Amino acid sequence: MQTRLQEMKESALGQISQVTESAQLQDLRVKYLGKKGELTELLRGMGSLSPEERPVVGQLVNEVREALDAAFSAKQTALEEAVLNAKLASQTIDVTLPGRPVPTGTMHPLSRIIEEIEDIFIGLGFEIAEGPEVEMDHFNFEMLNLPKDHPARDMQDSFYMTDEILLRTHTSPVQARTMLKKEGKTPVKIICPGKVYRRDDDDATHSHQFTQIEGLVVAKGIGMSDLKGTLLTFAKQMFGPTQQVRLRPSFFPFTEPSAEVDLQCFNCGGEGCRVCKQTGWIEILGSGMVHPRVLEMAGYDPEEVSGFAFGMGVERIAMLKYGVEDIRHFYTNDVRFLRQFNRG
Amino acid sequence: MKVSYQWLAEYVDLSGITPHELAEKLTRSGIEVDAVESRNAGVSNCVIGYVKERSKHPDADRLNVCIVDVGQEEDLQIVCGAPNVAQGQKVVVAMVGAHLPGDLKIKRSKLRGVESQGMICSAKELGLNDKLLAKDQQEGIMVLPEDAEVGMDAVSYLGMDDYVLELGLTPNRSDCLSMLGVAYEVAAIFGKEVILPAADVVENGEQNPIQVSIDAQEESYQYHGRHFTNAQITSSPQWMKNRLMAAGMRPINNVVDVTNYVLLEYGQPLHAFDAGKVAERKIVVRMAHEGEELVTLDDQTRKLDTQTLLITDPEKGLAIAGVMGGANSEITDETKEIILEAAWFTPQTVRSTARKLGMRTEGCVRWEKGVDQLRVKEAGERAAALIQQLSGASVSKGVASAVVKEGTPAVVSVTLEKINQHLGTSLTADEVSPIFDRLQFPYEGTNEKWTVTVPTRRGDITLPEDLVEEVARLYGYDKIPTSLPTGETTQGQLTAEQKLRRAIRHHLIGAGLNEAISYALVHPDRVEDVAGLHQGETKPVALLMPMSEDHSVLRTSLLPSLLETVAYNKNRQQHDVAIFELGRVFLSRQEVLTELPEERLYVGGALTGQWMPQNWMGAKQPVDFYQVKGVVESLLAGLGIQDVQYKQVSELAGMHPGRTAEVWVKDQRLGYLGQVHPGTEKAYDLSETYVFQLDIAALGEAAKEVGHYSQLPKFPAVTRDLALVVNRDVHAGTLEATIREAAGDLLESLTLFDVYMGERIAQDKKSMAFSLVFRHSEHTLQDEEVQQVTAAIVEALKNTAGAELRM
Repeated sequence: MQTRLQEMKESALGQISQVTESAQLQDLRVKYLGKKGELTELLRGMGSLSPEERPVVGQLVNEVREALDAAFSAKQTALEEAVLNAKLASQTIDVTLPGRPVPTGTMHPLSRIIEEIEDIFIGLGFEIAEGPEVEMDHFNFEMLNLPKDHPARDMQDSFYMTDEILLRTHTSPVQARTMLKKEGKTPVKIICPGKVYRRDDDDATHSHQFTQIEGLVVAKGIGMSDLKGTLLTFAKQMFGPTQQVRLRPSFFPFTEPSAEVDLQCFNCGGEGCRVCKQTGWIEILGSGMVHPRVLEMAGYDPEEVSGFAFGMGVERIAMLKYGVEDIRHFYTNDVRFLRQFNRG
Repeated sequence: MKVSYQWLAEYVDLSGITPHELAEKLTRSGIEVDAVESRNAGVSNCVIGYVKERSKHPDADRLNVCIVDVGQEEDLQIVCGAPNVAQGQKVVVAMVGAHLPGDLKIKRSKLRGVESQGMICSAKELGLNDKLLAKDQQEGIMVLPEDAEVGMDAVSYLGMDDYVLELGLTPNRSDCLSMLGVAYEVAAIFGKEVILPAADVVENGEQNPIQVSIDAQEESYQYHGRHFTNAQITSSPQWMKNRLMAAGMRPINNVVDVTNYVLLEYGQPLHAFDAGKVAERKIVVRMAHEGEELVTLDDQTRKLDTQTLLITDPEKGLAIAGVMGGANSEITDETKEIILEAAWFTPQTVRSTARKLGMRTEGCVRWEKGVDQLRVKEAGERAAALIQQLSGASVSKGVASAVVKEGTPAVVSVTLEKINQHLGTSLTADEVSPIFDRLQFPYEGTNEKWTVTVPTRRGDITLPEDLVEEVARLYGYDKIPTSLPTGETTQGQLTAEQKLRRAIRHHLIGAGLNEAISYALVHPDRVEDVAGLHQGETKPVALLMPMSEDHSVLRTSLLPSLLETVAYNKNRQQHDVAIFELGRVFLSRQEVLTELPEERLYVGGALTGQWMPQNWMGAKQPVDFYQVKGVVESLLAGLGIQDVQYKQVSELAGMHPGRTAEVWVKDQRLGYLGQVHPGTEKAYDLSETYVFQLDIAALGEAAKEVGHYSQLPKFPAVTRDLALVVNRDVHAGTLEATIREAAGDLLESLTLFDVYMGERIAQDKKSMAFSLVFRHSEHTLQDEEVQQVTAAIVEALKNTAGAELRM
């Protein structure tokens, strides 16, 4: 009997190891361990054993049953795993195929620059002021210390609708409008982004429509050092923490003293290159202390308060930053141009 | 202004300062130097030679063989092709080994068998700008004056070892339109003295016969006339030619050249008349008569009017004051007797006349910016001395002058406190005073306050702030410290409208559109091609003097520009375009503007071609009405705009009558969307294109902030699908509205999930299937409740839209 048990175990284990499908394994389990299976049959024969033999054989039977159980379940797991693996293998796809397209839009490069600059100045406590693009001569020129016969306000340079109404030639009239609205209150801290227009023939470096950002601070005790510090802070945030600014004396009718502001060339970092004409510096801003007449006309006493103003061309910054060689790209809107501005 | 370095060195000591260092210093203190250029375009080893002999080349008709003395032991034999080469000339010889511009190297060579030991040069070969050459030097080899020294280095003789600084002057610094003005500036920067040029006129015993009077006393303040006899009109000496050419002026003859030379030196325009042509030797400065004519030096007949200031004699006009002389009194080679004019005319007069006549001479430029009233006579005397020196003329005794008034220097005061406050510096009086000294600005005052008498050459200085700038720029902008504004803290933030604008921009970018920016000025024929939102009775605002018709009126709708952009892209094989723009339109009801037009901010978009890029999954997705509507719906949803209605409209300019919808919220129209009218598409050469345009202020009013959230549901929902068969002309919107009304509060959501037309239903019908989700907030819905409400909905649909349930 014991021999038969051993033989059965051997043969069952042998068969289990040969099995390749789940159904076969089930059949084998029934064959050996089922109600009418071989092991059960053997147990039935236990009655013929002597009382001394019974416990010994009984234990052996249990051992065989446990061994077979373990073998069956191990085989079962193995088979399931194989099936799963086969299934997974059959599901393999080409992960290098492109994904389902989700359209992605882009922001116009001029908008990107404007938003970036706005955010920097908002952080410095500035408000964003705006004004009309069609403007009174009075605000566009006279309030900025450019009286009627001033050479800098040639009819040839501006788009007039009537003798008194024109397309603004700079964002500076917003300064005057804002100051008047504040009725002499300080501090005034604004930047004014917007479109401006001049009678230029459109070519690679000129556009009859372009974009400026103007800044104005008026308060008690404002000095040129504040202008310098503000612009330095801006330059570092906009163009990197190692930026330097350099002021050069210049002339604008609405500021005195006036200064051109150079930034370190962000193409070469100041080493000198084609972009900065080997100087290491790029002229990027016009600025100065608000002219006393401008303050006066806007209802501020130049003996009491002072201020600084600055203005920059957005196209110029965008052209330098993105290496755009032709200003017309900003206005013809070739989608192959627009689609490039999709990062950051 | 082009400044010769060598010439400048006559008025201020430049030793130890290179041209480039000078340029850098000038730029950093306010006179921007645009360029520093060597006058030598690449010439070396050229000397002055004397042509001792000239003979014909034995084997070449056009060549000459010259024996040239170049100051060396042996004369050179040089073959020369220029027809004007002649024995006895002084010429420039490029020696063997010489370099000439254009990478030319001179070698010993044989020309048709005759050895040539160098080359006789033309002015062009030496790199001189032929536009600036005197007429007799433009053709053939360059013939030098007889006094040229044989063997001398030609580079130095021709002033080509000089540098030219090109100044980019701001309008306030017209004082630097003269060599002396620049000299004062340089002297101030480097702390040096200005050396004024000599003006020693030796008068003869004859009284100056000229009589001068000024009739136009508002336009002309001074007129001084010098009288010369026995002048010899020749060409100027080389040193003067060199300087004039360095400044960009063409030498003409010794007298005219002197007037130009002193113009450059003093910034004082001068004019010389042939006195023999001036009737009675009488000069009258008056306004021209209406219709009076004058033939100017350039042989043009100029029609004048009563605004033109004219220099005349008792019979005729002689010169347009400050603008150009007349041909009738021009200095010619035969001229012996000369009148030299040094005068002062108002900038406005010269400017308006110059503009009317379309002339802008070097003189005009200086008149327009303002000439120093206190140096008119001095400049005249300097010119008189030079004319005497160069032409050998005899100068009559005395200056014939008429003076209405002379300028007075401005007196301006500034305090140390003001300077330091304005600059953010802490300068002391001991630092400020030397700056005024260097500028040669006389001042009076104590330690803390300066009362400055500003020299008339610096007409730009009238206010204390102007003096602050002088101090700042000579102290050095670099030394001004950096600080940030102190005082009351301000809060920087965007306004609600600015935030909304950004939200719209960012949303549309997220939805896959590219932002565009186009011109606000458009073609008048295009402005009303596609309706704006507020046109009605408005008129497009037009420019008085447009540069081109394409950009002559202001837009009233964003869409014409966007359609042009789509067409521009189509022409470049870009057929899939989805763009939007945020921009202003300009609306006015006035025929003639007296007030500013209304500016409204719109957002517009244009979509054409494929919505999705071509992909391997194959399914193309051409843009259609529902694509553009989807974009608008998502934008409005993103802005929190609810209860949006889309109303079919058939009469919008430029839009497809059957495929256009207006967007409404309650009684507010936000804008519209739809397909561009096929006729308009054709006019712009477009494929099928869909657009939208919305008014941003209206969006702002309709947009709602996120309020309290709605609690998440505690009870389950019940879903019912209804497939309805209706006539084809029934709109989905009607069915939706009917369902919502009949369902009441129990209806949580409603989704149209299928629209079918085809074989399986009657030909004139369509089927629309809705999915309805019901939920009660307080309890689990019972079947009967759902049955009841569904039945009510079906009943309502039947009554209002004739809808039948599809079986």
